[in-house]
Amino acid sequence: MTSSLYTRRKGSFNLVEINTGVASCLQLLEISRKLGLGLSPEEMKTVQVYFNKEQRSPTDVELQTIAQTWSEHCCHKTFKGKIHFNGKEIDSLFKTFISRATEEINAPWCVSVFEDNAGIIRFNQDYGIAVKVETHNHPSAVEPFGGAATGVGGVIRDVLGVWADPIACTDVLGFGPLDFDYHKLPSGVKHPKYVYTGVVGGIGSYGNNMGIPTVNGAIYFDESYTGNVVVFCGCIGLLPLKKFKKNAQPNHIILLAGGKTGRDGIHGVTFASAELTEESEEISRPAVQIANPIEEEKLKRAIIEIRELNLASAITDLGGGGLSSAVGETAQNYGCGATVELEKVPLKDPGLAPWEIFLSESQERMLLIIPKENLEKALETFEKEEVEATAIGKLTLEKRLKLVFHKERVADLNMQFLFKTKKSVKSASIQKTNLEEPFFPEPENITETLLQLLAAPNIASKESVIRTYDHEVKGNTTLKPLQGAYGGPNDAAVIKPLEGSNRGLTISCGMNPNYGKVDTYWMAASAIDEAIRNNLAVGGRKISLLDNFTWGNPEKPDRLGALVRACEACYDFATAFGTPFISGKDSLYNESPLGPVTPTLLITAIGIIPDIHDTVSMDVKTPDNSIYVVGQTRRELGGSEYYRLKGFLGRDVPKVYPMQTKETFRAITKAIDLGTVRACHDLSEGGLGIAAAEMAMAGDYGIELDLNLLPKEALNRNDLLLFSESNSRFLVEVSEENRRDFETSLEPSIFSKIGKVKKNKKLTVYGVDQKTIIDVRLAELRKSWKGTLSSGCEL
Amino acid sequence: MKREEIRVCLLRVGGTNCDSETQRAFQELGVQTENVHLNEMVKRKNLMEYQGLVFPGGFSYGDYVRAGAIWAKRLIAKLGNELKTFVEANRPILGICNGFQVLVESGLLPGFEGMSAYPEATLATNVPQGYNCRWVHIKNENKGRCIYTSKIPRGEVLRIPVAHSEGRFLFPKQKEQELLDNLYEKDLVVFRYCDNKGEYAEGLFPSNPNGSFHDIAGICNPEGTIFGLMPHPERAIFWWQQPDWTRQKNWPRYGDGKIIFESLIRYLVKKG
Repeated sequence: MTSSLYTRRKGSFNLVEINTGVASCLQLLEISRKLGLGLSPEEMKTVQVYFNKEQRSPTDVELQTIAQTWSEHCCHKTFKGKIHFNGKEIDSLFKTFISRATEEINAPWCVSVFEDNAGIIRFNQDYGIAVKVETHNHPSAVEPFGGAATGVGGVIRDVLGVWADPIACTDVLGFGPLDFDYHKLPSGVKHPKYVYTGVVGGIGSYGNNMGIPTVNGAIYFDESYTGNVVVFCGCIGLLPLKKFKKNAQPNHIILLAGGKTGRDGIHGVTFASAELTEESEEISRPAVQIANPIEEEKLKRAIIEIRELNLASAITDLGGGGLSSAVGETAQNYGCGATVELEKVPLKDPGLAPWEIFLSESQERMLLIIPKENLEKALETFEKEEVEATAIGKLTLEKRLKLVFHKERVADLNMQFLFKTKKSVKSASIQKTNLEEPFFPEPENITETLLQLLAAPNIASKESVIRTYDHEVKGNTTLKPLQGAYGGPNDAAVIKPLEGSNRGLTISCGMNPNYGKVDTYWMAASAIDEAIRNNLAVGGRKISLLDNFTWGNPEKPDRLGALVRACEACYDFATAFGTPFISGKDSLYNESPLGPVTPTLLITAIGIIPDIHDTVSMDVKTPDNSIYVVGQTRRELGGSEYYRLKGFLGRDVPKVYPMQTKETFRAITKAIDLGTVRACHDLSEGGLGIAAAEMAMAGDYGIELDLNLLPKEALNRNDLLLFSESNSRFLVEVSEENRRDFETSLEPSIFSKIGKVKKNKKLTVYGVDQKTIIDVRLAELRKSWKGTLSSGCEL
Repeated sequence: MKREEIRVCLLRVGGTNCDSETQRAFQELGVQTENVHLNEMVKRKNLMEYQGLVFPGGFSYGDYVRAGAIWAKRLIAKLGNELKTFVEANRPILGICNGFQVLVESGLLPGFEGMSAYPEATLATNVPQGYNCRWVHIKNENKGRCIYTSKIPRGEVLRIPVAHSEGRFLFPKQKEQELLDNLYEKDLVVFRYCDNKGEYAEGLFPSNPNGSFHDIAGICNPEGTIFGLMPHPERAIFWWQQPDWTRQKNWPRYGDGKIIFESLIRYLVKKG
């Protein structure tokens, strides 16, 4: 019935014109489906009207280009659209909650935020730090190794795309339980163990091969990640601020550099904007790209050289949407149009149709805009590094996107039409839950509980993974992810990026998906609090944040309502702490036959430590030093690892009390500045009990704690005191001679000395009734903590 | 020769990625370095203008065949004669990690009877399998042949990180013992993996991080001028690179990797 809709244009190559002229609504939808456009009926109608006005039929190249540009992945319809929520209209989540927070905070260290491929902050007078975190969930679900590897490759190019030299990577991953029952796996869903091995391998492989240290990260396990693996890849780069130039003009040359273009990664963008189904494997396999880190390593060297020689007027990476996004967005950003001769694009396979060339997401490619007079020198620079680079077109004064293939025009689109997307209108609601706090007696053997918690996948040592990432290459990792011989988990990584300067960069993250099952507002608040306190714990300040959402289908009002709540918290707590958002990314439509992903917000925090000499690690250092807890412990165990261990979710998730927290945060920084802090560790999953165990295991000294001395509110049970996950808390080691200064600097925040470092290599805890409730050797703690994810050969 | 006059060439190809920190190590010790792409060197043919040559770590050409194999073949095909002249002049060559793999693959190490046409040993995939990044202890075993350990007392233990997935030093199984005896006879064993007290790892992970035969971490050629090792001394130069500097109150300014570069520089200064 539809054959008359498509006319193959006469000629030697594959180009189809689509006769949208009088097509019915049903036919328009059929076109969208058949070409894999992912456009809605309204959008198809808009397309029809446009081409009727132009008095011609669109080509497949044009329809595909429009579809890419209008996809969720490229234009963030949900975050920029309108949302009806609680009887009010929110005009853009992004503007209302994220960028508004940044504007109001107006931090002096923000250089360029939300504008380019990566956010840029000031590091010192001359240098800036570029940061970007991406999601690569969908490709990793279909092909774990390739999906994760290209996720890393993509985010590194984002950083190169603002002229920054990549200096560190961070990766946060979410998997289903590794012991998931094979019989319960629906067809099309891969087993978590397979996904875990592949993703971890892919991330290590790309970073290691490129020689960029992977210094920070986290791994979470959750039932809902079984069908929806979560892969956040981040990259941090360094750039001389005066090299951050943007002055592309009409007639400048469009230069495509890097790997050849192939059929890999076609429709990755539309794929990422849809739910995963049983057929995803078959249909979407070509949407996953193939990684070649060595190509990108060479590309990186050439691009840094071009930056040093000031040869280019603009740069961007080729990611989602391939050339269509890179060329279109660059032209749009500089108020130009563009002409591209598609036959000039170097191909892996000569048989590619024009639309495939324009959309392919083949990896390791960058787009540079070069003034004519610099072209020769630029080509020479690429050649030196054995990188292919080809002039494929130029920017034009006329604001149209014109594509030519062997002298024949295959696309001619008005830029304004292409980039003027209508705001989507969605409705959101909050699903009422009837959650309750569980009642169960205090366990008789709390030592046993502690050992079980240490072995819980979300708390267990991730050393077996971290060791497969090179976290030392470049020789600038000052505080490594693993502390000491026993692999203590540091709160943040510290990088010393500049020669001749002791200024350091602090990198940390926070993520609490389990709290989101109760309330996404407090989940987001907790993630922000956790990311910041991790950063402060090592000595960071001037903190900036990145927000990365992994969410379910936003067309469903309950998912969207949860998203609105999380965004509200982003605004409330970023402004409360004066920590601006500088970049972010959302991955929506994470739904599989097993259901939606649990709402997941990753907050990455980037801070600065003025002198790396002042860096604080988390391992206890010297026997007889005092142990302090800073911050209030409350009955906040909803979504905690302790409740999970007992089989409950609970209701009372940890909240953030901004006034009190600000006081605590300020005090910690002051105490570190005064040099009074020997060790500092944040309290997170598993609360005080786990934090103390980790500090002792890492330092190989015992710790003795008295729960009676803990600052607490409405709580008098040993297990709850030990494992409550109340936010904004730190455990600090202070030497005898510094105690007075430490205490003075902490006033008037809430804190208390609760114990001591011991020589005896044991963790000992006295309960509220003065009885010894825990008395266990560090070796035994280590055995539990390292057993879960061990490759069988750790210490 | 004065230290400031020494020029060391860091040769690189696509995938080399430890050149900047290696360069920094030499710079810290007051030696000039130049980072040269193999293609550039093939054009210039001026290897003899440098007093020393370094193959830094990385994943040359992706190490897609066997670590170091592609670079080794290219090196010999494109720069074979220059390299030969360089070796015969007893100019030192250092290979770190991937560089060590290249030296073994190109027949320069161990080089029992001079440069061999075929690799005499190999750096196989780690046991336990997989990439491993950690600090290890290595013990200086050399009796005086190796110019890179001349400043290190015999039996001294250094702490230096490794990061690789193909570092298991192996000889052909049937000739294992014979070749090992050969190594000792000619004083080619330089570093062996050990624990923090200096006890040999005896193949046990993690002290021996890759399952190397006889805990071998680094070897030299019979002249003592060509030296390769899996650990990365260039990552153990400064105090802030140490894994536990935050534990110490007064940490030393430098790490254990520095003395290897110093020994090399002493040789170059003396050699003139």
